[in-house]
Amino acid sequence: MSTENAKSGSLFTPWNIVAGLILAAGIVVTIMRFTMGLGSVTNLTDNNPWGIWIGFDLLCGVALAAGGYTTSAACYIFGFKRFHGAVRPAILTAFLGYAMVVFALNYDVGRPWRLVYPIFYQQGTTSILFEVGLCVFIYLTVLFLEYLPAALEWKRGFDKYRGILVKMTMGLTILGVILSTLHQSSLGALYLIAPSKLHPLWYTAYLPVMFFMSSMFAGLSMVIFEGTISHKHFHHKMDAEYNGGYEDLQLAFAKAAAWIMAGYLAMKIFGLSMDNRWQYLGTGYGVWWLVEVFGFVAMPCYCYAVAYRDRNLKLARIAAPWTVLGIVLNRFNISLVAFNWQLPSVDRYFPSFGEIVISLFVVTIGVLIFRFIVTRMPIFYVHPAYKDSSH
Amino acid sequence: MKRRHFLGLLGAAGVTLGSGAVATAASSADIKGLPNAGGVLFDATRCIGCRKCESACNQVNSLPAPAKPFDDLTVLDTKRRTDAKTYTIVNKYVPQASKPPVFRKIQCNHCIDPACASACFVAAFKKMETGAVVYDESVCVGCRYCMVACPFNIPAYEYDKAFTPRVMKCTLCHPRILEGKLPGCVEACPKEALTYGKRRELLNLAWDRIGANPGLYVEHVYGEREMGGTSWLTIAPKPSLAALDMNEGLGTASAPELTSGALAAVPAVAGIWPVLLTGLYAITKRKDKIAETEKQQAVAAAIAKASADAQAKLSEELAKAEVANKRRIEVEVQKALEAAATAAAAEGEDS
Repeated sequence: MSTENAKSGSLFTPWNIVAGLILAAGIVVTIMRFTMGLGSVTNLTDNNPWGIWIGFDLLCGVALAAGGYTTSAACYIFGFKRFHGAVRPAILTAFLGYAMVVFALNYDVGRPWRLVYPIFYQQGTTSILFEVGLCVFIYLTVLFLEYLPAALEWKRGFDKYRGILVKMTMGLTILGVILSTLHQSSLGALYLIAPSKLHPLWYTAYLPVMFFMSSMFAGLSMVIFEGTISHKHFHHKMDAEYNGGYEDLQLAFAKAAAWIMAGYLAMKIFGLSMDNRWQYLGTGYGVWWLVEVFGFVAMPCYCYAVAYRDRNLKLARIAAPWTVLGIVLNRFNISLVAFNWQLPSVDRYFPSFGEIVISLFVVTIGVLIFRFIVTRMPIFYVHPAYKDSSH
Repeated sequence: MKRRHFLGLLGAAGVTLGSGAVATAASSADIKGLPNAGGVLFDATRCIGCRKCESACNQVNSLPAPAKPFDDLTVLDTKRRTDAKTYTIVNKYVPQASKPPVFRKIQCNHCIDPACASACFVAAFKKMETGAVVYDESVCVGCRYCMVACPFNIPAYEYDKAFTPRVMKCTLCHPRILEGKLPGCVEACPKEALTYGKRRELLNLAWDRIGANPGLYVEHVYGEREMGGTSWLTIAPKPSLAALDMNEGLGTASAPELTSGALAAVPAVAGIWPVLLTGLYAITKRKDKIAETEKQQAVAAAIAKASADAQAKLSEELAKAEVANKRRIEVEVQKALEAAATAAAAEGEDS
């Protein structure tokens, strides 16, 4: 923060004021949440036990942090070494994303001090949520270890440990892909247990596969989107290696996203046909489903494909936030809009002001930590002392 | 051959996964194999909506007093569900305007293979031999996935407690049954609309009643197969179960069956991914290595060719130079000879 402010000369930039207001409101709601209980700040009910703290903070947070495993897999496993400059920003974004997911979970669960119980005390191994929890816990550790070399280069004097971590890169990357496959898909599998509550257009046995596939293009799109924003604000921090591969990477990721989204669309149609849900397309929910699938998957997919063909960076940079919005829409539809669809409208859920404040609070903290780190540590550039390192 | 090998491996994985699925199903088989597991039969044709069961439940479970007393029957005019202060409620329905209302008691159905137990990541729910599904608050984290999972919308949460919020639901009066007593609601019912007994016998009783009163009941024992079956069974008068807000579309698959496929994918992913990814990495690395070797070979060949060419040119030049030298020598010799001959001729003229 301070580097940025030192440059502009004042703490009171419009963004800082907004961030400050969100933080202040967040602290107030935090105090209320932990002294008066969930009921005092949320609209959660017995029929709607999961609100936006799960639908947005957990489901979207994890999906949008998928850039970590996609980028590191592309660079280290699939051999796209020219994308090396993009790995650190993607890993940092993923690490902070997961850290914020776990932070936000402390608000949502009734007794957060017991969050380690399923891992260390009593394991409910029949639960999909157990799988999610275990994978997220291990993956957060993996991401921390993947991020750590940057912090160690910043503080200097830890070359021995940094060396060990760099040697582990390949193993950590593969572990990251395994864990991501498991928990990204499991987040979809969470809803397999409630066929009577989720609308038939969204309930399908393919939910886990769809969540996994969509996490891939969510991650790729976030890397494009985040890169575009970072270029605006942290350009002075970027070195020739990062900038050299940057446009190339955005187009390559656009191409990859277009292919995966096409596969995802096919999966959606498969699901619809296998379960024979065509008759629902004529209903209100059917129209909404079509808006999600065609308006927020097929169209950005087409834009990505055209962007790659014409080497049109501008179009790829439009398709990226569009795809991200589509992911948010899909996760909201499954966890909130199409969930409990048969309940009368008075029993349906809409987030409270307090819930929205906490979700914004969590995102703001993530962005502020990101800014703190990239203005200090070698994220967008290679540290001069480690020019020859392959990490 | 290689493909067959791979398919064989897949088959082996399938067997492992299959046995995993059997293991989860085994827990239900255990309960199903307990012929003495208890349950309750609720007969909606007998219920008069007096709320005595609600009152008894409130007492035996020491739940907080309700806003309106239990003898206030106007409460029945609004549809209710169980909540953190109420384990059971009775709702009033009017399926046919010309006929008297029908009442239905709602509480935990004590599934044979409970969704809540399957969903709980700290295993806080357990199916007991009495038939009860009981909850252990001492491990509960409060994730509320049990509430998402329950197909009957039964578990409720103490949203207003900051430090000790619990999931609240009917216990089938498990502690009372262990003491040899009846569940509170069953004991309190003045019309014998509730019958406690062994589930197996209750099923027979239910079908006997349906058979003995042709035209009265819907021919369906709700809970016999729903979600794999429940310990709490309900029979209701015509026209339909749907008229009493009973979801007939739940299917017969139990909750663990719905998620066992996804859980079975875990060992498959954890087993196959590292092999595939390491292989992919090896292939990429090998390609790089081959490309590097080929590059080096090409460079070496080019250098060799260049030096060979240079060598050839040199020797050619040398040979050329030699010829030129020879000729020059020959010319010189010729010149010398000619000079000598000229000199000799001159000498001869002189003498």
